Amino acid sequence: MTTTAPGAQAYAAGVKDYALTYWDPTYEPKDTDLLACFKVVAQQGVPRQEAAAAVAAESSTGTWTTVWTDLLTDLDYYKGRAYRIEDVPGDSAAFFAFVAYPLDLFEEGSVVNVLTSLVGNVFGFKAIRSLRLEDVRFPLAFVLTCGGPPNGIVVERDKMDKYGRPMLGCTIKPKLGLSAKNYGRAVYECLRGGLDFTKDDENVNSQPFMRWRDRFEFVAEAVKQAQVETGERKGHYLNVTSATVEDMFERAEFAKELGMPIIMHDFLTAGFTANTSLANWCRRNGMLLHIHRAMHAVLDRNPYHGIHFRVLTKCLRLSGGDHLHSGTVVGKLEGDRDATLGWIDLMRESFIPENRSRGIFFDQDFGHLPGVFPVASGGIHVWHIPALVAIFGDDSVLQFGGGTLGHPWGNAAGATANRVALEACVRARNEGRALEKEARAVLSEAARHSPALAIAMETWKEVTFDYDVVDKLATT
Amino acid sequence: MPIQDFPSRLDDAAARKLGTFSYLPPLTSEEITQQVEYMLARGWACSIEHVEPARAMDTYWYLWKLPMFGEQSSAAVMAEVVECRQAHPGDHIRLIGYDARRQTRGLAFVVHRGDG
Repeated sequence: MTTTAPGAQAYAAGVKDYALTYWDPTYEPKDTDLLACFKVVAQQGVPRQEAAAAVAAESSTGTWTTVWTDLLTDLDYYKGRAYRIEDVPGDSAAFFAFVAYPLDLFEEGSVVNVLTSLVGNVFGFKAIRSLRLEDVRFPLAFVLTCGGPPNGIVVERDKMDKYGRPMLGCTIKPKLGLSAKNYGRAVYECLRGGLDFTKDDENVNSQPFMRWRDRFEFVAEAVKQAQVETGERKGHYLNVTSATVEDMFERAEFAKELGMPIIMHDFLTAGFTANTSLANWCRRNGMLLHIHRAMHAVLDRNPYHGIHFRVLTKCLRLSGGDHLHSGTVVGKLEGDRDATLGWIDLMRESFIPENRSRGIFFDQDFGHLPGVFPVASGGIHVWHIPALVAIFGDDSVLQFGGGTLGHPWGNAAGATANRVALEACVRARNEGRALEKEARAVLSEAARHSPALAIAMETWKEVTFDYDVVDKLATT
Repeated sequence: MPIQDFPSRLDDAAARKLGTFSYLPPLTSEEITQQVEYMLARGWACSIEHVEPARAMDTYWYLWKLPMFGEQSSAAVMAEVVECRQAHPGDHIRLIGYDARRQTRGLAFVVHRGDG
């Protein structure tokens, strides 16, 4: 490291090794540094230290050549530094590169700015064969500049009056093609049967077959009728994701005008700027915000290139959302159990310690930011409920789409089957029974008092999704 | 089994549900005691509230005495449930476990329906 004042150095044009400036194994990261762990596969012949330094350079202050204006600033103050390299267990081609970035590189409250740097041009850099952002430690000093979840788990429980159990939801299907009035019917049937929430499918925005305003009006009527009939509080995630932010806010305002408690948004396809603005609006207006994650698997499924979901989770918690889809472990969609436990901790806990067995590379302190409900959704049905309660605990939303609507007697019976199974599992867990081991006994006892559950268990008894996961944790 | 009609109507009080465990058959006294023990083991303060069934959807029910801070005996909690029920025979009665650390109700469920 240089001790010469920047302006006192001579300017030497040309290209020099990144490692000379951006590799610093003696560096001690500061509490205020933003830390990142990348999984790197370098091109043949590129040494690890040079590749790691290139990543640090290209994601912070560096470019491919020296420029004279470098000498007008103190690059030692502003540059990112690769400070550690680790082997990836069981993988000789890839290595982990740890980079520390000074806080001044990022605008306050902007996960957009962080991502533009960390997963910007560097991901197309020629000296790197593939690159994956595995984890980011957001310093508390940055966290506290973000709005975070508009309400959080505790406030949502109070608003919805749901305690001591996971909440139950259902995505309305078929996901495209229903008229608004028929769609409202499906919502009403689910809610009167005992679900807490129903959900717009993410593809439902405002298409010709069902314009948003018509959907909102019929759904609002369905929610209100089901509340009066069951005496319980209900909600439907009205999807406000749209082509422009002006449309998004118009839809959000109308949902509020109708007295609806919750709206939804797709944070990746719509983008973090829109999401952060919407979260701020929700906070000001007392609206709950459900977050869907369409496009996440494009970014996070390849183990060698992209952004790990735990990073997207942290970014969403900072940008703002009260629910976030997390995968189910047991359903039709990809998700390793330990890795999932890692990112649901990142959604809910205020301090998450480094834990490599769950893929957590750094301690993460979320300060006062409230927690986000993980949402387990995708190919799950009554037989999965014991495992889901064991994996997710109470602070979660379990969503059964086909597992509600596919019931032989219809949505209301499907909803009741799920609600009975859930309450039976929670009760059994509280009594000290081992849910996953005694799953069949607990469900069978409950089904004796619930024909709707008995039929559901009969219908789905053979359905499993036993494929190997593609993205496995690299552990020793 | 042939398709069954869904049994829920506005004029049937049984269609009105009351939160956690209200989709299960009523819990017996022994079963309620097990849930109380679960709450006490977590360090939650047990509390009782009650209300006329017509006002069941309101946020604030009548608080029975005060939450039983420091009470470790499930039998003592159950005795309060009985006493509350005798004093307000037509009311719904709810048992709550206040989790002071997380500032929420760790569990809340109705142990007696006033309209049952």
